[in-house]
Amino acid sequence: MLHFGRWKLLTIFLVVLAGALYTLPNLVPETVRYQINEADGSREPRGIWRYIPSSTINLGLDLQGGSYIVFEVDMNEVRTAQLESLAADVRQTLRNDPPLLPRSVAVVGEEVVVLMIREEQRDEAFERLRELNGPVTTELGQPGLAQMYDMQRDGEDPSAIRISVTDEQFTAIRQRTLSQSITVIRRRLDGLGTTDPTIARSGADRVMVQVPGADDPQEIIDLVGTQAALSFHLVDNTINPGPNGQARTPPGRTIYPVANTQPVQYLAVETRQLLTGENLTQSNVTQHPSYVGPVVGFRLDTQGALIFGDVTRNNRGRQFAIVLDDEIITAPRINEPILGGSGVIGGGYTYETASQLVILLNAGALPATLTPVEQRTVSASLGRDQIESGTLAIIIGFAAVIVFMLAAYGIFGVFSTLALLVNVVLILGGLSGLGMTLTLPGIAGIILTIGMAVDANVLIFERIREESRHGRTPANAIQAGYERALAAILDANITTFIAAAVLFMLGAGPVRGFAVTLGVGIVTSVFTAFVFSRLLAVLWLRAFKPKSLPL
Amino acid sequence: MSLALVKYLPVTGNVPFIRIRFFALGLSALVLLFSLFEFANVGINFGIDFRGGIQTEVETAPETSIEDVRTVVSALELGEPRIQEAGNSLEARHTILIALPLQPGEGAEAERANQAARETLEAAIAENFPDAQLRGTTVIGGAVSGELVVTGFTAIGVALFLMLIYIWFRFEWQYSVGAIVALIHDVIATVGMFSVTQMTFDLATVAAILTIVGYSMNDTVVVYDRIRENLRKYKKMPLPEVLNLSINDTLSRTILTSATTLVALISLYLIGGASLEGFAFAMIWGIVIGTYSSIFVASPLLLFTQVQRDSGESSDQ
Repeated sequence: MLHFGRWKLLTIFLVVLAGALYTLPNLVPETVRYQINEADGSREPRGIWRYIPSSTINLGLDLQGGSYIVFEVDMNEVRTAQLESLAADVRQTLRNDPPLLPRSVAVVGEEVVVLMIREEQRDEAFERLRELNGPVTTELGQPGLAQMYDMQRDGEDPSAIRISVTDEQFTAIRQRTLSQSITVIRRRLDGLGTTDPTIARSGADRVMVQVPGADDPQEIIDLVGTQAALSFHLVDNTINPGPNGQARTPPGRTIYPVANTQPVQYLAVETRQLLTGENLTQSNVTQHPSYVGPVVGFRLDTQGALIFGDVTRNNRGRQFAIVLDDEIITAPRINEPILGGSGVIGGGYTYETASQLVILLNAGALPATLTPVEQRTVSASLGRDQIESGTLAIIIGFAAVIVFMLAAYGIFGVFSTLALLVNVVLILGGLSGLGMTLTLPGIAGIILTIGMAVDANVLIFERIREESRHGRTPANAIQAGYERALAAILDANITTFIAAAVLFMLGAGPVRGFAVTLGVGIVTSVFTAFVFSRLLAVLWLRAFKPKSLPL
Repeated sequence: MSLALVKYLPVTGNVPFIRIRFFALGLSALVLLFSLFEFANVGINFGIDFRGGIQTEVETAPETSIEDVRTVVSALELGEPRIQEAGNSLEARHTILIALPLQPGEGAEAERANQAARETLEAAIAENFPDAQLRGTTVIGGAVSGELVVTGFTAIGVALFLMLIYIWFRFEWQYSVGAIVALIHDVIATVGMFSVTQMTFDLATVAAILTIVGYSMNDTVVVYDRIRENLRKYKKMPLPEVLNLSINDTLSRTILTSATTLVALISLYLIGGASLEGFAFAMIWGIVIGTYSSIFVASPLLLFTQVQRDSGESSDQ
């Protein structure tokens, strides 16, 4: 116990040195560590920082300010849309030559129900519809084991075929919806010019968005919570939409409200989509002589331009409507064919609203509606205050513990103080080196560790004191003290570590930060108490060769 | 070094902890009954994490009173607001916490209503208190808060269970029973404390309770370790005396560790800011009750469960 081999000494030295090196950047201003390129904001370590760690601890949003928002994807909507598109495919397939006419194809609950006019055609229709089926495409783009649809001939009604979406297919769709959403959200946030947003899947149907420095969550909610499904339709002026848009519409017509009208006006349009957002290649904020204020200009892809050219040539004098998320954002009259594949959306935009629409159009539509279900925003000033008060609490707690240990154990108190100092350095270095995030509860974890870390020292010192009272020599007593305290130290720390591990695994959001510092702190405090302070005690023994222990 | 304070403490104390066990257990029983009674009657003041809703922290001019804010917020008719001073006496800022309940509705509709309520609240604050500055807002929907409740209490349950397993491996079952009873004692007493003081109980409090569980276990294990050792050492000594001796052996360690931890936590409570106040408070109470339970609950319980003395190798001294 009292002998430290060369390799052991070297290891201890290296561990402490690594902790110190990783902690150091946190104490030095950024401008000293990095050469910052004014033009693009990129930075390069300068001087000695090229050779030693230069990055600091990641601060959580509660310490640096910013917004944390969790959005939920409406999976019912996704499921309904899936069934609707399946029904459309079914109709199309049955219409193929030779046509097998169904009496109806309808979404009933969680199924598509096909009723044939002639019962004897059911088997043929069933065989043909089986072509629609196939293996599920997994997340990696490979065919899975299960089929996409479950198709059955109804046992009671001889004209009915029932088709449902298998759970495996729905899971695959759910996953695809989430990853598409994440891609679109990332493009939108990049369009906004936010710094380092974090976007990640959270559970089965949620997406977590973290934007450092965003004081106003509404901006992000507006941007992410908008589906931005865009479509072009011809307006049907022969239908009176009624004062509340409640008029009955014939098949193939839909009534939408017109944006920014007071009282709200309605227009009936042809349900058929001429073009969708998919046909847009690029849009930007621009000016147009027909409109006051900024307008949104867009360009169509080749196919879109052809369709748009045909439609405008054949429907001169009629109105067409651009519908964004079930609202008509503009409905200009077609005065002449538009052949170049570009156009503008105008009317009542400010520069901000026009820019936002541009970001949305350029990023594409979300596959489903996203609803914010959890939102935590901390302003930069509150973040700064929390760091300051947290740091102050650490320093004062640290000082108080030192005073206590010195008063109680004299020279051994000095050993434990040094061990405690190394402990804090190792915690900070560990957080820095492992790239973990420090949150306000994390600071609480550090303070708690400082208070509890001395426990191991106290256990050891009490043991040494006891052994020395039993008449052992100082060296003997120290040896026995460390040996005998080990079991209790391990037991005690393992129980606290269990608590930290459970918190880490089950804990949500900021509380995880507490689990991280507590867990790291437990490991480092056992190391410093048992290895580092023992080394100090041994060095002291060798240097002074005391006759009795000052305990 | 004559600084050593502990020299003035009795080195091997001889406090008759075990003799007063009936008094201590009676006191504990009273505290637990009272805690459960308060919990059933008054209940816990759950924070936004568990209750859901909208919470905003606003820094206002010093002359803005809570009543002024209440008048403005109540007029919005977004449900019964809870308004309280945030921060503590050491902070120079004057900050007020405003909380609104979950908005009515189903599913996504309710979630959007919550966001709309936040916007309305922020606009009303900006309009009526032009000097006010928004320091932070939190909106937790009904689904998420429900999940957080489940997660929080699962975490406490799982931690207790794992510790039971650990203790079972390390000690005989008689010890496990004592340790777990002591832990449950601490958790109930903490819940009782939150019912009495009506301090906000949120996710951070769950973290605190878990840590208390860890700390209390830590304390209990140290005493049990010593009991086991002393049982081997003094084979003929009656059990109550062994227990008492072991508690006294570890007493100065217990006092010192609790003291340093408390000192660190008090600094956190006083300086750490509003967000950590509840956490620090729970921890301080937990350290006190955890230390008490190791000495007065966990150890005397060994008398009732009749720990075995193994026929170990070491001889009587």
